[in-house]
Amino acid sequence: MFAEILVAALLVISGVFALVGSYGLIKLPDLMTRLHAPTKASTLGVGGALIASMLHAIVWRNEVSWHELLITLFLFLTAPITANFIAKAHMADKLKSGDLPPTGTDRDWATLDLSEEPVQPVMTPPGQPGRPS
Amino acid sequence: MIAAALTFAFACYGIGVLICLWRVIFAPSIPDRVLALDTMVVNMIALIVIYGISIGTGLYFEAAMLFAMTGFVSSVAYAKFILRGDIIE
Repeated sequence: MFAEILVAALLVISGVFALVGSYGLIKLPDLMTRLHAPTKASTLGVGGALIASMLHAIVWRNEVSWHELLITLFLFLTAPITANFIAKAHMADKLKSGDLPPTGTDRDWATLDLSEEPVQPVMTPPGQPGRPS
Repeated sequence: MIAAALTFAFACYGIGVLICLWRVIFAPSIPDRVLALDTMVVNMIALIVIYGISIGTGLYFEAAMLFAMTGFVSSVAYAKFILRGDIIE
């Protein structure tokens, strides 16, 4: 009975979170704010559904299934990477060089710098041996 | 009680997929389309998992796992294509 209440509550909460995430996709005004809704709310909703599925498998089918944990781990790892790439694509598409703060080096921002030459790494001199200050 | 919660979750994720589909069709810019497709993949994974709960089998988790992987790779490839005009440089 307690497990039934827990699984039902997790399913309802995950559905509400996913609906909020998808609604934020059409509600929010700008792409940079619109990125927040799917990457946070929808990912949390899917996590709730996957935990509900794990509990259901443990209680009703008497088997521990680790696939859900794998899917959850994969989704939680990949959602920020996708959001970062979409934000970079948006920056390359819409923003110009004056809209961003200076980088502090002689290279421009990575999404604006479209030159072919590879970036040279900046070498810092090694510090004195001993305790780091 | 679980049946009612499953119906509610099916409705929520179904509406989410429909909102994403609407966004894919009527999007203001191309990164918006990629974002809507990525959200649609996430909602579809949840739909597959909930369907697995409702018929009481663990058969569909491999499908959800493959869906997550291909969705991630395709989103990153599309964003990379917008960013650089090429996928593998």
